[in-house]
Amino acid sequence: MAKELWKGNEAIAEAAIRAGCDCFFGYPITPQSEVPEYMSVHLPEHGGVFVQSESEVAAINMVYGAAGAGMRAMTSSSSPGISLKQEGITYLAGAEVPAVIVNCMRGGPGLGTIQPAQGDYYQATRGGGNGDYRTVVLAPSNVQETVDFVQEAFDIADQYRNPVVILADGLIGQMMEPIEWKPIAKRDLPPKDWAACGRKGRDHHNVINSLFIDPEECNQLNNHLAEKYAEIAKNEVRWEEVECEDAELVITAYGTPARIALTALETLRADGIKAGLFRPITLWPFPEKALHELAAKEHVRAFLDVEMSSTGQMIDDVRLGVEGQKPISFLGQAGGVMPTVEEIIEAAKNALKEVK
Amino acid sequence: MLASAVCSHRVSIITGHYGTGKTEFAVNLALAMAGEGTSVILADLDIVNPYFRSRERRSLLEEAGVRLISSSQACSDADVPALPAELLTILEDRSLRGVLDIGGDPVGARVLARFQPKIVQEDYQLIYVLNANRPEVRDPEKAISYLRGIEATTGLACTGIVNNTHLCGETTEDEIRKGAALAAEVSKETGIPVLCHVAEEKFVSALSDLPETVFPITIKMKKPWE
Repeated sequence: MAKELWKGNEAIAEAAIRAGCDCFFGYPITPQSEVPEYMSVHLPEHGGVFVQSESEVAAINMVYGAAGAGMRAMTSSSSPGISLKQEGITYLAGAEVPAVIVNCMRGGPGLGTIQPAQGDYYQATRGGGNGDYRTVVLAPSNVQETVDFVQEAFDIADQYRNPVVILADGLIGQMMEPIEWKPIAKRDLPPKDWAACGRKGRDHHNVINSLFIDPEECNQLNNHLAEKYAEIAKNEVRWEEVECEDAELVITAYGTPARIALTALETLRADGIKAGLFRPITLWPFPEKALHELAAKEHVRAFLDVEMSSTGQMIDDVRLGVEGQKPISFLGQAGGVMPTVEEIIEAAKNALKEVK
Repeated sequence: MLASAVCSHRVSIITGHYGTGKTEFAVNLALAMAGEGTSVILADLDIVNPYFRSRERRSLLEEAGVRLISSSQACSDADVPALPAELLTILEDRSLRGVLDIGGDPVGARVLARFQPKIVQEDYQLIYVLNANRPEVRDPEKAISYLRGIEATTGLACTGIVNNTHLCGETTEDEIRKGAALAAEVSKETGIPVLCHVAEEKFVSALSDLPETVFPITIKMKKPWE
């Protein structure tokens, strides 16, 4: 199929429509407003429902209701808006309701800036709401991956009855790139016999609920969720390794910084430095085992973690994976400033110098 | 004097569906005009896009002798669609040439409506940038519908089509020719002439058989890894 030029955000919306999204509930916020804008025009053309809610809190609760009735439901926002949705996301997780949530991250904390950032890693991977829960977090690094992941996200959500987060950043949402609409492998999904959409001759009512007053019952739910998360961690972990076979220095980065790191790799290799890239694609489940195995390789001497975050957030997971086997340096820029190719090259060279 | 010949009017207003490459064309056009010794102002009047704005190339433009007018960073990043007062310089000082980089779609073109009574008194051209790889404008019918929408919003008549068909780093000569065919069809339907085909320098000689001028550009609106 011929390639087309799409803007990240409109491609996210179109991908969701192609994946059979029935309902979209959202509220505009830069830099993701093109998602609801595109949905408002095109989702109804496909028989779907678009609602611009009065707030982000309302949007996520509309998702809860629609998805609880068995619909494929989605919402999208950017960092401060995603913060507002956290209560709804923990309810979705507790009631085991599938949904797709897109976050085009911008600079924070607070209202921050509308420029791209990656400060929501903890929130996405640790559960930004209360309780013991996890959301599957897919982190695309270009517009093609974004459309592929959005389509797959609906299936992943339905398979495990769990919210799935697409963690992109503002740049991915705003940039134009050529993409191809590839057929996405459909999963064999269980019937939604739990959906609260009328009794339909069943001997019981289906109830969507995250309130389990009886401690035993609540404990049972938590144990069940823990088993489910272990299953997801076993089946769904994804990552990419670029030129890691002989790498002395391994850059860890996801999303846009991974893209910038790829350009840095070309220069580093041309300068005779054996550098590679380890790119987590699922941030939860994090590819901990793969990173541990890579760190154990004799040729690997040091790691450099690069993020659009000044404190570093993914670096905690990198440390858990590397488990002290090799030293880890960090390069971070935040608040809408992105690490440059030159900064990555310099940091990579310094990281190697320290171990030589 | 290629740029001044292609865009022969004093004020060039660059419009189109969003994502067609208006800013890349506007920046290259202003730079080419300055290179030809013309006194030129580029105005970044995009109230739609928060990223990939001509104002991000301020130092490059100013070093080349292009004066840049844009709303303050504070206004833009706060999503306030405020326009810089300096904009009137372009409309009032007839010794200058102006390039207006307008946001996408009729909604982006709305900024022009307020200046319509002044614009129509000037020697201006409303340019419609077309990219055949953008799904919403890839056939003549859809492309014309956006064009008419922009005209209706601005109260200005479009007087030139610019074929800016590309696929970012994956552009080929054939892509540009595909766009030339689309531009020709839109031109035939509307009677609006095709002003030029935009092409990176490396494609220019291979496209010399096209009936209209090929306007050479170098990519200025790069992504952080480019």
